[in-house]
Amino acid sequence: MIKIHFFASLSERLGCSNINLEYAGEHTVADVKQRLLEKGHNWSLLNEQSVQVAVNQTLSKFDANINDGDEIAFFPPVTGG
Amino acid sequence: MISVQKDDFNQGAEYEKLRQDAAGDGAIVTFTGLVRDFNDDGSVSMIRLDHYPGMTEKSLMNICVEARQRWELGQIRIIHRIGVVEASEQIVFIGVSAKHRKNAFEAAEFIMDYLKTSAPLWKQEGTASGMKWVESKKSDQDALARW
Repeated sequence: MIKIHFFASLSERLGCSNINLEYAGEHTVADVKQRLLEKGHNWSLLNEQSVQVAVNQTLSKFDANINDGDEIAFFPPVTGG
Repeated sequence: MISVQKDDFNQGAEYEKLRQDAAGDGAIVTFTGLVRDFNDDGSVSMIRLDHYPGMTEKSLMNICVEARQRWELGQIRIIHRIGVVEASEQIVFIGVSAKHRKNAFEAAEFIMDYLKTSAPLWKQEGTASGMKWVESKKSDQDALARW
């Protein structure tokens, strides 16, 4: 199982804050993103240049390796402070 | 110490605590960020902050580790508020102690610059036309070049 979170404006625009996917041998974050894109037109939001990703709560890249049990998060650029 | 919290904080009490813990240090630098009551388009009555529970704390911790690798520091205190914060209220506190003032000044700025660009926190502003997500600023990214 892969736990996926979405935050802030991205979560709002997707209409989804989290989702679990059965692990199906995905190697990278990009593979997981591809599965999400297949869920429907609205999910193409994940292709926006500004979208950032974290794997197990560490900022990562789309080519980062993933494994069963990982937690992945997609979110817009941060604006704290 | 790092706190990500809904509640307001007492800046004076935080300074006193730092002072007690900063035995042997010669400088304490603190920064307190407030919520502005305006943006480029008009007035702002409040903001609402989302965060990524767990990762926000972890990322602030990593920024402290990085700061300690660059400067000799004593205490580091970070408080960031989440949830609804009204205009003019305090939103963030950074306190750094060090043997020498330059280290404390620079580390406080470094921490703030990295917090703004890497800690998972997102602001919405309450404006006359409703809640609006704040866009990230290029100037915040540019500020990192200094480090």
